[in-house]
Amino acid sequence: MFTNTVFGLILVYTYLALWDERPHLGGYDQAQAVTYVWLGQALFATLAIQGGGFETDLIERIRTGEVAVDLYRPADLQAWWLATDLGRALFQLLGRGVIPFVFGALFFPTALPDEAGVWLAFLVAVALAMVVSYAIRFLVALSGFWLLDGTGALQMLMIMGLFCSGMALPLNAFPQPLGDIVMLLPWSALLQTPADVLMGRVGVWSAFAFQAGWAVVLLAVGRWVQGAATRRVVVQGG
Amino acid sequence: MWVRSTLTYRVSFAVTVLTGLLVTGLDFVAILLMFSRVEVLGGYALPEIALLYGLSATSFGVADLAIGSAGRLGTRVRDGTLDMLLVRPAPVLAQAAADRFALRRVARIMQGGLVLGWALVSLDVAWTPVKVLLVPVMLVCGGVIFSAVFVAGAAFQFVAQDAAEVQHAFTYGGQTLLQYPPTVFGKELVRSVTFVLPLAFVNWVPAAYVLGRPYPLGLPGWAAFASPVAALACAAAAGLAWRVGLRSYRSTGS
Repeated sequence: MFTNTVFGLILVYTYLALWDERPHLGGYDQAQAVTYVWLGQALFATLAIQGGGFETDLIERIRTGEVAVDLYRPADLQAWWLATDLGRALFQLLGRGVIPFVFGALFFPTALPDEAGVWLAFLVAVALAMVVSYAIRFLVALSGFWLLDGTGALQMLMIMGLFCSGMALPLNAFPQPLGDIVMLLPWSALLQTPADVLMGRVGVWSAFAFQAGWAVVLLAVGRWVQGAATRRVVVQGG
Repeated sequence: MWVRSTLTYRVSFAVTVLTGLLVTGLDFVAILLMFSRVEVLGGYALPEIALLYGLSATSFGVADLAIGSAGRLGTRVRDGTLDMLLVRPAPVLAQAAADRFALRRVARIMQGGLVLGWALVSLDVAWTPVKVLLVPVMLVCGGVIFSAVFVAGAAFQFVAQDAAEVQHAFTYGGQTLLQYPPTVFGKELVRSVTFVLPLAFVNWVPAAYVLGRPYPLGLPGWAAFASPVAALACAAAAGLAWRVGLRSYRSTGS
């Protein structure tokens, strides 16, 4: 929490310098850029943007063979971990997300809407982002059935999460055509979309459709991979 | 022991260092992304920021390799395994630093060194013997200052027991802060990392001399050469904190 606040501070100053140099970079003004930073710090742990959610547990269970127990349970593997991860995300949002955000909003000029409807839409976008984030990490964790060691896959997840979600720099401030490409990837549904919904830069329904579309596609792929894994892979251990 | 065990699997070690290079290189890629849209940041051009970045990352890497393991001290305090270190006939600090010594951390030094090398080649600076000499001095003093922060953080864990997070704010946070020029940050922030926790002497102040730029906070001219003094002061303070912390340690008794 304290760490999030410190990193938020460093980023805010850097962004202010950046936007001093290029006002309206990516269509944001300075207040919007600052808001974006604090949103990023608030959602960083919530959405496990660089990993650190349930996926390390699941990979470990696959490696040790304990996943066999999970597969015996009368609950579906994907749904089971989705429930666990949503709980974790909600806890992180309340525990580690709100305070850095309030600190940022108190001490820096931010662009926050005053209509309740926008905040409601933002919360829906965050909930959808949780599902997309889960679906990505579920696929990464399932790769453990074939790779057994998840270190490489987790490292890839970290790199993609940092850049393609806009943690390093808002996606609309990326140089073109790179910016257009990353905007279409599922990671942009994590931070960029909720941020743009909050600041009223995108249509609410098209944002929801984008997020929900990726959620459905990724969950379906996850389901298919899960089926393939349980059919083909011999679980390790006795 | 830890070095030999990691070097046993050569390919695995090489891959870990390589991916480590990739991951630690990410923040420089972020800076490159920013510079794809602007010419200067806080008045500094890209090679100048690369110099700050290279100095900060390399000296932090040295400290992290040498003593970064001490950050896990909180776990030992909590589960009582610190007692094991206390009964051995060797300094506890040395043992804490050598505990699971991670040679893969050379990746950070290599990555920082690469950026530093590029910066030194592409900088447009009239090099004098003093300026040339100041670069290794900054690396050594920076390493000492960051090590002191690590030790102080470890000492703090005697009290707090579970404060790895807070420690990260000062270690990783400090390193990230120094990657950007001081002109970017607010006066109060610059003041506190100059006079309270003298991180500014890792690179900001001496590098301002090398680059021929005005010193942050209008410090006097000799300040560029004060890094060794700052490093010594940090080391002494950290050593004291460590002693106090160790003396206050009470085992969990398990």
